[in-house]
Amino acid sequence: MSGYLEIRDLQVRFGRATILQGIDLNVLGAPLSVVGRNGMGKTTMCSALMGMVPASGSAKLDGKEVLGLGTGRVARSGIALVPQGRRMFPSLSVHEHLVLVAQKGDPAWTIDRVYETFPRLAERRRNGGDQLSGGEQQMLAISRALLMNPKLVIMDEPSEGLAPVIVDHLIEVLRNITTEGMGLLLIEQNLRVATSVSEQVAIMVTGKIAATVNSVELAADRDMQNRYLGVSHGH
Amino acid sequence: MSLQFILTVTLNGLTLAALYFIVASGFSLIFGLMRTVNMAHGALYMVGAYIGFAVFDPIYGSAWSSYAWPIAIVAGIVAVAVLGVVMQVVFLGWMQGQELRQALVTIGLSIIFADQLLANFGGSPFQFFAPDLLFGPVQVPGIGRYPVFRLFQVGLAIAVGVGLWLLLNKTRLGIMVRAGVDDRQMLAACGVNVPLVAATVFALGAALAGLGGVIGATAQPMALGVDARFLLISLVVVIVGGMGSIGGTALGAILIGLAEQWGQVFFPTYSVILTFVIMAAVLAIRPQGLMGRKVA
Ligand SMILES: Nc1ncnc2c1ncn2[C@@H]1O[C@H](COP(=O)(O)OP(=O)(O)OP(=O)(O)O)[C@@H](O)[C@H]1O
Ligand SMILES: [Mg+2]
Repeated sequence: MSGYLEIRDLQVRFGRATILQGIDLNVLGAPLSVVGRNGMGKTTMCSALMGMVPASGSAKLDGKEVLGLGTGRVARSGIALVPQGRRMFPSLSVHEHLVLVAQKGDPAWTIDRVYETFPRLAERRRNGGDQLSGGEQQMLAISRALLMNPKLVIMDEPSEGLAPVIVDHLIEVLRNITTEGMGLLLIEQNLRVATSVSEQVAIMVTGKIAATVNSVELAADRDMQNRYLGVSHGH
Repeated sequence: MSLQFILTVTLNGLTLAALYFIVASGFSLIFGLMRTVNMAHGALYMVGAYIGFAVFDPIYGSAWSSYAWPIAIVAGIVAVAVLGVVMQVVFLGWMQGQELRQALVTIGLSIIFADQLLANFGGSPFQFFAPDLLFGPVQVPGIGRYPVFRLFQVGLAIAVGVGLWLLLNKTRLGIMVRAGVDDRQMLAACGVNVPLVAATVFALGAALAGLGGVIGATAQPMALGVDARFLLISLVVVIVGGMGSIGGTALGAILIGLAEQWGQVFFPTYSVILTFVIMAAVLAIRPQGLMGRKVA
């Protein structure tokens, strides 16, 4: 098994504001979801792990420190990001997005496999990355990450703005990914997605992990949902 | 005004535009990916010519004289490409995103480069002799005798433009460059070694200045001081055409080349002003340049 991520006392400051106040989290061989209201620091945590914002503390991938490496080296050490808002490259076609990250040799994920898994992308391979529907863009953002054949994928609110049917497809895709031994750190506001993909759900409140609970419990406990998440039941 | 005269002035404008395109496309390439306004681009042009000539001169006097010019081209390109990489890695890379600081640093570097050229090579003008194949006049329909080298210049500019287009649109490096223009941070998150891509692009952009230097000094005598002129031309061309677009750079170069030549016909003393009138008009109507994309 690989793709173990151990986060210790992760802190991020923007000027005087402390946005992350010491996060401790483990992704150890099973997917982990992190939920929390808007502005709690979920995206900041993803950015810190990817070396996109300066952070202190420690984050180890399979025992090796990745904090402070710089974004390119974090990615090459085996962490891929599906960022919030997808961040497609408007200048690139769908196919070029895939060529950009595709690896030589005989990796688990190839461009052919992506097109098999997401036939919509194959149909639209010549379209620009920004000419896709929200769902197609999300599939492309996920494919871009998978083609890096990372040890661990971080996904930041992949269900954001997607229609319920597409969310079902997304859940299925995420479940398949994790059965192949790729680590998954899933940030979600949609509880249905979070609880269907991982058994454990960590709840972030103002830059801290307030609790880590069992998916089934969280799905059933309206009180807990209201307390930590406001009303956000998915669909 | 005879037709022959009109055609000649226009062709002069186009051959000048060809040289401007070669130089300015390097400037635009560097700006496009790195948002670095390389104020040393004109100095790199001059370094290319001087280094090229330092290599050219002894070979031209030897038994190998017919190889002198191509070797000078290669020397100018390689020397300036290496200088560009050093600039990017030693000075500019770690101040990425601080445009003003980079502009000031490159101004400083350009002054140092120009002074070093003066100290090492002296201030007297020089000119390359084109190889026999490209030397002398040819008969051009409607115009008469015209220097063949200036036509070669146009061919070379087209080759550079097509080459750049292929590089940007048909290679993985080109995909990386375009993705980097869109979102550098996300490109790094895709596992791409962005500093390496940046150094490569800087080398390529600088190499075009070096190539332009040798070409320019073959068409006309080279002397100290052209650095400022070619920096200004590069700036104006990409402002008019649109930053980071090959087609825009070509259009800008053609407009400015024609404006300079026709300007000299109609108002010789103030011909420079026409260039700036065009720039001001473009800035007023389409601030992103004629073929530039709007940036937020
Ligand atoms: N560059 C920045 N400078 C200053 N403050 C920032 C910056 N980026 C984010 N913040 C602040 O940090 C806090 C956490 O933001 P973050 O984007 O991590 O939240 P989030 O949990 O991802 O929210 P959402 O669910 O809306 O995506 C917010 O209060 C935000 O205003
Ligand atoms: Mg967020």
